[in-house]
Amino acid sequence: MSPGRRPAAFFLGGRHLSEAASLVLLAPFLILLAIVFLLPLGTLIHESLLVPQPTLANYERVFVEPVYLRVMGRTARVAFYVTLVTLLLGYPLAWVMARSSGLRLGLLAAAVLLPLWTSVLVRTYAWMVLLQRNGLVNEWLQALGIVDAPVKLLYTEGAVVLAMSHVLLPFMVLPVYSALKGIPEDYPRAALMLGASPWSAFREVVWPLSLPGVASGSLMVFLLSLGFFVTPALIGGPQQMMIATLVSQQVRELLNWPFAGALVGVLLAFVLALTLAFNRFIRIERFVGTR
Amino acid sequence: MTRPPRGGGPGRLLLHAVAYAVVVFLLLPTILVAPMSVSPEKYLQFPPAGFSLRWYAAYFADREWIEATLFSAQAGLIAAVGATVVGTMAALALVRGRVRGRMVVELLVVGPVVVPHIALAVAMFLVFEQLRLTGTLLGFAMAHIVLALPFAIFTVLAALYRFDADLEMAALSCGAGRLRTFWHVTLPMILPGVASAGLFAFIISFDEAVVSFFISDLDRKTLPRKMFEDIDFDVSPVLAAVATMLSLLTIAVLVLGHFFRQMADRRAAPVAEAGGR
Repeated sequence: MSPGRRPAAFFLGGRHLSEAASLVLLAPFLILLAIVFLLPLGTLIHESLLVPQPTLANYERVFVEPVYLRVMGRTARVAFYVTLVTLLLGYPLAWVMARSSGLRLGLLAAAVLLPLWTSVLVRTYAWMVLLQRNGLVNEWLQALGIVDAPVKLLYTEGAVVLAMSHVLLPFMVLPVYSALKGIPEDYPRAALMLGASPWSAFREVVWPLSLPGVASGSLMVFLLSLGFFVTPALIGGPQQMMIATLVSQQVRELLNWPFAGALVGVLLAFVLALTLAFNRFIRIERFVGTR
Repeated sequence: MTRPPRGGGPGRLLLHAVAYAVVVFLLLPTILVAPMSVSPEKYLQFPPAGFSLRWYAAYFADREWIEATLFSAQAGLIAAVGATVVGTMAALALVRGRVRGRMVVELLVVGPVVVPHIALAVAMFLVFEQLRLTGTLLGFAMAHIVLALPFAIFTVLAALYRFDADLEMAALSCGAGRLRTFWHVTLPMILPGVASAGLFAFIISFDEAVVSFFISDLDRKTLPRKMFEDIDFDVSPVLAAVATMLSLLTIAVLVLGHFFRQMADRRAAPVAEAGGR
C-alpha cells in the first residue's frame, strides 16, 4: 500500500465521522472494557493498597520475603530463557519463510498458524504425554543410549521452558517473518557481490534491518511468558512455581486477596512499563494471518 | 524459480535444516496425540496397540464432557457475535472517526492482550463473585468478548485499510446517508474481514483456559476448564480424544479463515489496480 495515499483516502478530508458519531461507535467497546477490564483490575489493586486500611505492606512482602523474591526471579529467568529459545528457533524458520513463496510458504505458514490457534491446553497436554516417565521422549533417549533408565523430565524447569517455548514460538516467528520479508533480497546480495562473507552480510545488513521484528516478537513472548499460567501450572512442579501460579494459590487456597492484588500490581507495573515503552512494536494483526 | 547463484551453500543448507526441524518441533507434539487417542489400551502409548474409538465413545457418553462442550459452544457463539459487532464499530470509529484521547483508546485495545490473563482472571473472579456472574453464560460471554476484542478490532482494521474509501465517498456524494453507506457499501466490502474476526473470536473463547478456570463454578464450566481439571487429575486417554477433536476444529477454523482471506484479497484486487499498488 502506498504510504502517501492513506491519509487522504481514509480520513476523507473534512468528511470523516463527527466526534459524537465516533463516540457512539466506540461506546460499547468502552463500556465493556470499563466493566470487564478496568473495574476488575482496579478493584484488585484497590484491595492490595487500601484494604483494610491504606498500606504498602503487601507490596513490601513481595520484595522482602525470600520465598516470593525467588518466585519473581524464577519468573523473570524462565521468561528470559523462553524469549531466547524462541528467538534462536524462530529466526531461521522466519528467514526460510521470508524467502519462500507459493505452496512452500503456505505450508510453512500453516505450520506456524496451526499451533498458534490450537488450544494451549491441548499443546501442554501433548508435552505432558511426551515427557512422562514412560513417555516417548524417555523411550527415545533410552533407544539412542543417551540414558540408561527413564529420567525425570516432567516437573522440571527445563520442561517448563521447553513447553512454553513451543507454545509461544509462533509469536516470535510471525513478527520476525514480517520484518525479514520487508528486506529486499538485493540488499544481502549486494553485500555478497561486494565481497562480504555470508555471515557478515547477515550481521551487517539483514540482522539490523530485522531488529524491529525481533524486538516485536521478543516483547510479545516476554510479556506473555511473565504471566503464563496453564503450562507452568501443569508442567512445573511446586519447585518451579512462577508468579501466575503463586497468584492462583493465594486466591484459591489462601483467599489472600490483598497479597494476590499486590502480586498482580507488580506484574501489571512491569507489563505497563514495557507496553508504553514499546507500544509501536505491538502489532496484533500479525497473529491473525500472515501478511 | 531460478535465482542467481550466491554464496553460503553450506550455510543455506544448515539454515533450511534448522527451519524444518523447527517445523517438526512445532507440529509433532500435537500430531502424536492423535494416534495415541485411538489406542484401545488404558495407558497412552505410541505406536498405538490397535485401533479403537472407545475413548471417543467415552467422551460422548460422559454427561460432564458434553455439558462442558455445549456450554463452551454457547459462550463461543455469543463471544463471536459480540466481539465482531463491538469490534467492527470500534474499528470504524478508529479509522473513519475523530477520536478524542486516541492514545488511551489504542492502549485499551491492546490491553486484554498484553495484560497477563492470570491478572485479568483473578480480577474478574473477584468482581464477578460480587456481581453473581461466576458460572453464568453472561459472565463468560462478557469476559470472552473482551479477550477476543483486540483480535477482532485488528482484523476489521486491516480490512478497512485495504478497502478503497473513495467508494464510500461516492455513495455519500450520491446522497446516501452514513448508515446506508455502511450497510450497502462498506459492510459488503469488509465482510470477509468481519467474518474472520468472528471466527477467531469463537476459537479464542472456545479455547480460553485461564479466565474460565477462575470464573467457572462447580456445575457450569467450559470445556477447557473441564480439561484442566482432568489433566491435573490424570493423563487419561479421553483427554487425547478431546485434544484430537479440538485440533481438528482448529484446522477447520483456519481453513475457513484462509478462505475468507482469499475472498478479501479478491475484493481488494480492483483497489490495488486502481491505486497502482
